[in-house]
Amino acid sequence: MSAEPASLELRDVPGPSALGGGRHRFFELLWLMSVTEFKRTFFGTFLGYVWSLMRPLLLFAVLLLVFTQIFKIGSQVPHYEVQLLFNIVLFGLFQEATGAAVSSVVSQEGIVRKTQFPRLVIPLSVVLTALFTLGLNMIVVVAFMLAFGVTPMWTWLLFPVILLPLLVLSAALAMLLSALNVRFRDVGIIWVVIATALNYGTPIIYPLEIVQGKLKQILMANPLTPIFHQADIWMVNPQAESVREAVHGPLPILIGAAVYLAVCVAGVWVFRREAPRIAEQL
Amino acid sequence: MIAPAIAIAATSSSVAGFFARIAPLTPVIYLPLLTTHAPPQVAIEVSGVEKTFRIPTQRVDSLKERLTTFSQPGYRELHALRDLSFEVERGEFFGIVGRNGSGKSTLLKILASIYAADAGRVRMAGRLAPFIELGVGFNNELTARENVELNGVMMGLTRRDARSRLGAVLEFAELQEFVDLKLKNYSSGMLVRLAFSMMIQSDAEILLIDEVLAVGDASFQQKCADVFNEIRDSPRTVVFVTHDMSAVEQYCHRAMLLHDGGVRAMGPADEVARSYLRLNFEQAPGEGEGDMGGMADITLVDVWLEDGDGERIVNVEKESELRFGAVFEAHRHVEGPSFGFAFDNADGVEVTGFGVSLAEGAPDAVEPGQRIRLGGEIENRLEPGRYVTKCWVHREHNLSNLVLHSPHVLDFVVYGKEGAGVVALDHEIEASVVDAAKVEGT
Repeated sequence: MSAEPASLELRDVPGPSALGGGRHRFFELLWLMSVTEFKRTFFGTFLGYVWSLMRPLLLFAVLLLVFTQIFKIGSQVPHYEVQLLFNIVLFGLFQEATGAAVSSVVSQEGIVRKTQFPRLVIPLSVVLTALFTLGLNMIVVVAFMLAFGVTPMWTWLLFPVILLPLLVLSAALAMLLSALNVRFRDVGIIWVVIATALNYGTPIIYPLEIVQGKLKQILMANPLTPIFHQADIWMVNPQAESVREAVHGPLPILIGAAVYLAVCVAGVWVFRREAPRIAEQL
Repeated sequence: MIAPAIAIAATSSSVAGFFARIAPLTPVIYLPLLTTHAPPQVAIEVSGVEKTFRIPTQRVDSLKERLTTFSQPGYRELHALRDLSFEVERGEFFGIVGRNGSGKSTLLKILASIYAADAGRVRMAGRLAPFIELGVGFNNELTARENVELNGVMMGLTRRDARSRLGAVLEFAELQEFVDLKLKNYSSGMLVRLAFSMMIQSDAEILLIDEVLAVGDASFQQKCADVFNEIRDSPRTVVFVTHDMSAVEQYCHRAMLLHDGGVRAMGPADEVARSYLRLNFEQAPGEGEGDMGGMADITLVDVWLEDGDGERIVNVEKESELRFGAVFEAHRHVEGPSFGFAFDNADGVEVTGFGVSLAEGAPDAVEPGQRIRLGGEIENRLEPGRYVTKCWVHREHNLSNLVLHSPHVLDFVVYGKEGAGVVALDHEIEASVVDAAKVEGT
């Protein structure tokens, strides 16, 4: 029964914050919230996993039809179909993590307003749930890869190297969007438009090779482009031109890196600044 | 950024240690606090805390509006807490009372690190339970088993530790059979039992409790009362916010009355409870609605409920004999006074009300200094739940001639078996088996 004497000294109450409540509790909560949400989506309902796979697969089927039968882009690169499916699933991580994060803090109103809860857990758990979903979807992608004759390569092991910068960007955006949405409830509508623009501004449904000239350099300034293009090289199509060959001069890459860094800094800064006041503004 | 005061203590995951903390199940002898000669330790120290909310006069809650509105929106400042200072000693059961809007909830949220204080300092000794309300953090889509784990982790336990407490939580809540039922299928009574049970299993040294009132049936209420008494005598510190003055007097060592964000009274629980009632009864007519201000011509001095034996009660058993009493005092001459009372249930529905005038035969007026006593029986048809009593006084038997209006003079709880609807009417309905032909024939 005797509590440690250390805990009985008067200490300042820290007030609400992004991380407050101890590191151990933070990670336990993050893990538990993500796993719970993941289980709920995939195992809570009848055919849960199948339903969740249907969306990327149907999208894949439609795009495949359009771009191989109508526009004939697909015939220019080997394994276009596998590349398409892989890109859709990978972009799905980004889209799901950021899209669901927007309203996450607002929809967890009860927890935020009535408990001392580390606020950062909420958007990060959304990103972690999206990562679990990606893991499940990758099983299907790998099955497709083998079925369509992509030979397994040692570079598949480099997948985490691609995933990490994508996850960091998703997390930064999740923090930024979820915090802004507390103040401005129309952030979600605006984000849908931006996310759609990014979907087309990144080589996902088309290979980077078919874009030429100035437009290609503009695409390269999108921080997602090098990530997705490198992913295609390592996972599906090692013969594709490298990122270094695709970019002329350091400017586009520098712009992309600057945007990437700015988003990360803004995400952390805005969330830290807003975290103590979130409960009052809900 | 890591909070030192509420950092996770290395919880001994021993089940035995846990059982020692479940008050009602295991008799545990705590050292009585008063016999220790050491000077009392301060558990919570609040000094000079201020909190102001800025209420925008024009709400801007979208980016579009923000970008298209050029004038800077104005603000109205609401001072929820003004330079508030107090201390709570270790082991104390400390009550905070006050009318709605007095700053109670804001204070509790600052203590719980949910709101940030604008100025001042809050210090605590010991670990704090992070909940201020029952059942917060429950997820309706999850089963009781998963929710207990989630809630335990919120309280700072490890996942394994939280799981090991499942049995004890469910046993206290008497919900063992429903462990794998999703909470959305629970009744509200079951939910509250689970939440209360969860709360008392936390091993935090400091508990913040907002308005835990009679929940569940009479036997569960008794269990809750036992737990409160046990906690009261233990070294745990409790800050208890409530409207129920009998609970304050029953459990609290000390209490504080908040009014307009400042301390109006602080001291022994019974004195503070009386100050609270006085504050409520002194309310001038139409306060908050009209602007009459000043002392009313007639004020309510006391109001209470009694059982059949004439004992004052706060919790009323369903269908038991119920008596009502009130005392008013006149401060000016009032012609033809009439007194009205009404009971609102927890949904804000006025369930019943009654009006009384002075008995015939005597002069129909009161003079300054005179007191009026009301008393009698009320037919008890109330269903279990919380009720709030409102009070009016009119002059010249004219309903538009208001002398006093107090929207909140007495809280009480009716307990017992829950029926349907808002009132339990007597019924004498019989059922019998008859031939179809006979029914048609009649």
